[in-house]
Amino acid sequence: MIAALFAAEAGESVAFATLPVLVIIPLLTAGVLALLPPSRSDYLKLAALVGSTITGAVSAYVLWNFDATDGGLQFVSRWEWFSELGLSFFLGVDGISLFLVVLTGLLFPVAILTTEPHHDAKPYYLWLMLLMAGSMGAFMALDLLLFFMFFEVVLVPMYFLIGGWGHGERIYSAMKFFLYTMAASALMLVAITSLVILAAPDVGGLTFDVTILAANHNLSDEAATAIFLAFALAFAVKVPVFPVHTWLPDAHTEAPTAGSVILAGVMLKLGTYGLLRFGVFLFPDVVFNLAPYFLTLGVIGIVYGAAVATMQTDLKRLVAYSSVAHMGFIVLGIFALNNQGLTGSVIQMVNHGISTGALFILVGWVYERRHTRQISALGGLQKAAPMMAGVFTLVMLSSVGLPGLNGFVGEFLILLGAFASDTWTRWLAIVAVTGVILAALYLLWAYQRTFHGPAEGENATMEDLRPSELLGILPLLVLIVVMGVYPKPVLDRIEPSVDVLVQHVENRSTNFYEAEPVAVERQGRDALVVAAEKARAKKAEKEGK
Amino acid sequence: MIASLLAQAAVGEIDTPDIEWSMLSPFLVVAVGGILLITVTSVVPRLRTGGFPAAFTILSAAVAGWFLRGLWSTVRDEGPRDVVAGSLAIDGFTVFVWGILLACLFLVGGLLDGYLRRERFDGPDWYVLLMMSAAGGMLLAAARDLILIFVGLEILSIAVYVLAGLHLRRSDSQEAAFKYFILGAVASALMLYGIALAYGATGSTNLEVIANARAANEAGLNPLEDSSLILAAMALLMVGFAFKVSAVPFHMWTPDVYQGSPTPVVAFMASAVKVAGFAGMVRVFWDGFGFYAADWRPLIGVLAVASLVLGSFLALAQTNVKRMLAYSSITHAGFMLIAVNSLAGGADGEVTASAAVRGAQALLFYLLAYAIMVIGSFGVLSAIGAEGDDRHSLDDYRGMAKAKPMLAAFFAVLLFAQAGVPFTSGFTAKFRVILAAANTGSYVLAAIAMLAAVVSAVLYLRVVVSMFMTSAPAVAHAMGAEVEAELEAQSDANAETDDDIDTDDTDDTEDADGEAVEPMVWGHTPRPALAVIAIAAVATLLLGIFPIGTDVLWDAARDLAVLR
Repeated sequence: MIAALFAAEAGESVAFATLPVLVIIPLLTAGVLALLPPSRSDYLKLAALVGSTITGAVSAYVLWNFDATDGGLQFVSRWEWFSELGLSFFLGVDGISLFLVVLTGLLFPVAILTTEPHHDAKPYYLWLMLLMAGSMGAFMALDLLLFFMFFEVVLVPMYFLIGGWGHGERIYSAMKFFLYTMAASALMLVAITSLVILAAPDVGGLTFDVTILAANHNLSDEAATAIFLAFALAFAVKVPVFPVHTWLPDAHTEAPTAGSVILAGVMLKLGTYGLLRFGVFLFPDVVFNLAPYFLTLGVIGIVYGAAVATMQTDLKRLVAYSSVAHMGFIVLGIFALNNQGLTGSVIQMVNHGISTGALFILVGWVYERRHTRQISALGGLQKAAPMMAGVFTLVMLSSVGLPGLNGFVGEFLILLGAFASDTWTRWLAIVAVTGVILAALYLLWAYQRTFHGPAEGENATMEDLRPSELLGILPLLVLIVVMGVYPKPVLDRIEPSVDVLVQHVENRSTNFYEAEPVAVERQGRDALVVAAEKARAKKAEKEGK
Repeated sequence: MIASLLAQAAVGEIDTPDIEWSMLSPFLVVAVGGILLITVTSVVPRLRTGGFPAAFTILSAAVAGWFLRGLWSTVRDEGPRDVVAGSLAIDGFTVFVWGILLACLFLVGGLLDGYLRRERFDGPDWYVLLMMSAAGGMLLAAARDLILIFVGLEILSIAVYVLAGLHLRRSDSQEAAFKYFILGAVASALMLYGIALAYGATGSTNLEVIANARAANEAGLNPLEDSSLILAAMALLMVGFAFKVSAVPFHMWTPDVYQGSPTPVVAFMASAVKVAGFAGMVRVFWDGFGFYAADWRPLIGVLAVASLVLGSFLALAQTNVKRMLAYSSITHAGFMLIAVNSLAGGADGEVTASAAVRGAQALLFYLLAYAIMVIGSFGVLSAIGAEGDDRHSLDDYRGMAKAKPMLAAFFAVLLFAQAGVPFTSGFTAKFRVILAAANTGSYVLAAIAMLAAVVSAVLYLRVVVSMFMTSAPAVAHAMGAEVEAELEAQSDANAETDDDIDTDDTDDTEDADGEAVEPMVWGHTPRPALAVIAIAAVATLLLGIFPIGTDVLWDAARDLAVLR
């Protein structure tokens, strides 16, 4: 196994199988944690932090060495594994998964640095490390079953994190989370095996290699539709798409802060990523036929999530419902099935991870200090905690989608993509815009009620951010600004892969909508550049004052 | 013909077959070992107590395993062969099942030692019965003659009936033994009637002759064949095997017997007896009635669906962990029945070699993975149940993670594996079954199986919640007073400001009657038992992560691919 690690994959420039390391380091860290004494929570935290940071650094190395001109798979490594069943340990990244891997590598150290478990630090960090290994694996797996295994196995650590370290109805939420997700993906396993068996004559034997399956399978429409629906159910619950979102508010609200951050930042992306990689990629025709339904559900999610968030009295629940709305945007972008929409949804996945992760961290800090998340019990925190208020403002504005901050880029591209699609989608895009307005409403209103106004009782004496906390969240703040002002490096790396995907969809699809994508794309990019320049000018003006 | 008859009459001797003793060595080691153990301990009373019987049992299993290795290479290289005049088949399937049975004997032998010491039983009778039962199972797995199959099944069962009742001070144990025996006897009687009908229909009890009876009939060579007799015979035989593997609707005994019997015996019952039952079922129905697969396959499918659905849903109502695991073993039987179903399935109802191999592989791997998981799980139960072996309610397991962290961790691994979480043998086993089912086009069956697995996940999660997420009723304050206090403070703070969050779910230490639950006394875990549990948990993980022994599995399944 170790020897295989160093064995260069044929045709790759990297002489070291980098991607498996991203899974192995968190596992090794978990092993180290298991050996440390349970009483020393400081050592345990340090070990977890070091392990996750090294993993993050390796993911940054992957980002650095990623060839931005290549839309195909890179850093591919593949080992024999249950080969008689057609499985292989097959990992690789392209522009679509690259930033999700980096996001995972970033959010875990941040979550570990910014939050503390209240008890039993050892199993807590151990589960976090296993969760990291599983999430990394899921984003890199190109073997259908390997992906499914990672997709399923992350439930266990998250179940323990919610059930063991959560608040309030933690056990109920943990059970609901586990069973809801497991039930949804139960049929996916049947669908995967059916796909592989049915495609076996087309590809010459059993294989779970998604690239081979996508290029060669020749399923009947009915079989492909049934299989896609089973996939879609599993992913839709994970995203979550309205109306199968009901596990999310409970799980997010009752989870410990780090759990919420990872759940919203990383695990929800498994659903949208799965839709892209295994839905759109494997069944372009079916996706095209069913897109109107998913688009509609996505938009319902946007409006519904936003409307329900407006009415929340619990700050954390509000953020949880805002996730439903934001994930609706990503679904909209994916099923728009054009370059802008897909690029937008990929970058929105990353941005949502950053913004919502940061929001959950902030809400966690408020809860830790005030022992309540009820908006009505808070108020005037700005006076006692000006720095927290400032950070909160920035993160909130990014979540609202203010131009010049990261949230804007993705939402704008998605709306553009939806608008460039067919008529029905155009109308949906118009409805989706109200989601942006509602987002501004509920977040600004919540901010106003929490941080403005007269401060009473403990609200007046709340501790402001500690330097260590500020340091912990700083990477997220920097990214919020940088990715908002200058998203080009990110977009440059996403776009070639999205082009490849769109090309694949067009090649495989018999009835693909023939629009004039080139012109629209030009227009879209220009509009984005203009908007970014405007934002930059505005910022410069601000700084000038 | 006439000449040979005359020759026989003249000599007046019975023509006894040659017995290839070496091919039977693992079976002989176990069977003779059992007899030797009871002889030695009756002659030397000093050896009755202490670790001797346990060590002897474990050693016998190990020695038999060593012989089995040699046997395996013979079978792999030279192909399957029939021994003792065609009444026993030594093929890859036999060897693999023998391996599982020996592993069961080895592991349960390790569990029993500490249990007997705690419950203050001595005497080698437990071990002798265990070895006899294992020997019966081995006979059942290899037999190619209905009479031998019945003999094997009875040796297997009668020893277990007695074992179930050996906890003499518990009336539950007596009740379990009685119930198991009465119902088992009825099942055996039905089976015997089935054997008689099969003999009537085909003129032989040899599975090979039975298998050829149809062809012989079509060629006009065997006028005895009668398909309605065959159908009745198959139905009756199916009842017998369904009872042994506790498939719904022949499962009624399972929860009661599992709850009442001594826990290490339950570990054996749930693993070895079920494994041998499935081996016998495959022998009879595939080797013997393979050409009637179109007739009995739907029957297996119905049994599978009933076991999956009822097993998983009935488990939800249970609060006794032993009963829960009993129902979960019924659900597992459903999965294994699907493997049998796809073993006999083909794309168009015709028997195809690829379906048979996939099905056989799925079945064999499931049997192996399941046996290890279930022995480990019941091993945990036998190690933590306080003296008297009756503290197995969900509430008794509260706070186990604090009191017994290592046991709780192993148990969690085993439970999640049973739920089918990836990177455990439980997932790989389920996946193989689903793949085999999809291979024969049984998508609906596969979907029902996966949904049932989700329902039965609830019961595993409930045990995990009890162990990890709730504190022990009364000892909690001794264990982590600070943590408790902190949590209390937090929940108080919540309660002040936050009416709709109910935080006292961990604090109710009273059961439904309002009586306080007596705190569980966490005894010392015997080292051999801990080792067995650790082996089971580690093996469960390794089998799920690494493709260990897939070539062995392939070779073992190969011998079932063609109908002989």
